Amino acid sequence: MNAVAQQQEKPVCPQPADTEREFLTPKVNIVENQDGYVLEAELPGVNKEGLDISLDNNELTIVGRRQAEFGASLLYRESENADYRRVFELDPTIDTAKIAAKIEQGILTLTLPKTEQVKPRRIKVS
Amino acid sequence: MTLTRWQKPNLSSVAPVRRIATLRDEVDNLFNLTLGRFLGSPQDSEQSTQLLEGWFPAVDLYEDKDSLVVRAEVPGMKKEDIEISLHDGYLTLSGERKQEEKYETAETYRSERWLGRFHRTISLPCRVDAEKIKATYTDGVLTVTLPKAEEAKPKQIPITVK
Repeated sequence: MNAVAQQQEKPVCPQPADTEREFLTPKVNIVENQDGYVLEAELPGVNKEGLDISLDNNELTIVGRRQAEFGASLLYRESENADYRRVFELDPTIDTAKIAAKIEQGILTLTLPKTEQVKPRRIKVS
Repeated sequence: MTLTRWQKPNLSSVAPVRRIATLRDEVDNLFNLTLGRFLGSPQDSEQSTQLLEGWFPAVDLYEDKDSLVVRAEVPGMKKEDIEISLHDGYLTLSGERKQEEKYETAETYRSERWLGRFHRTISLPCRVDAEKIKATYTDGVLTVTLPKAEEAKPKQIPITVK
């Protein structure tokens, strides 16, 4: 019973183990539609200046840094005072030149379009 | 191979009744933690359980000389969908986060984010001035500043030596 009650919120993600202790793993939603993928990551407290998205080969790294806590004294904390980091391995069908990112109210929305060739299309019969 | 005489197990040593009580305590504990969160008791913060509640945004409580500050991490909401109310020394934050329509037709690969309603109640350690409460929502963090009521502020009491 104890094991169930103490189950970690952080999901298990299929990426190399993160040895740095000071990063949190943000939650993401990934959907796929005809044109590509859309990834939404929850990064509360992160704004455009604190966000760092980089791409290395097929690996996409998202780092979100938050402001240090303010001066008032802490009575009760549930959030974790750490920055966010998550790494994804991208499908080779994604057109990396056209990736777009936007952050609004702590939600990062990444649009990863697929390359033209892989989109479903009709083939004309000559 | 040695043979040992079989002995009838001594039932009192197994103490099954005690074991069942422990199990029941654990279930009670589980429910207490769930309800304890609704009443905002800080002692239960270490063991969080999300079995019955769904979305449970993290809430922090800070204090400085003149006010209490409550900070809740609720990214991806519109300010119209968040409700804040104060009653009897308890601050209640609630709201609903809806799925955007454009994603309903897409195929989901990973769905870790919670959607739907959340409801948190925090018990405030001192009286606050309800007229002067301010709330802001920036970068997905809701910050509610509650100025302390005059009688709750710390006062210096002068000492007269006779």
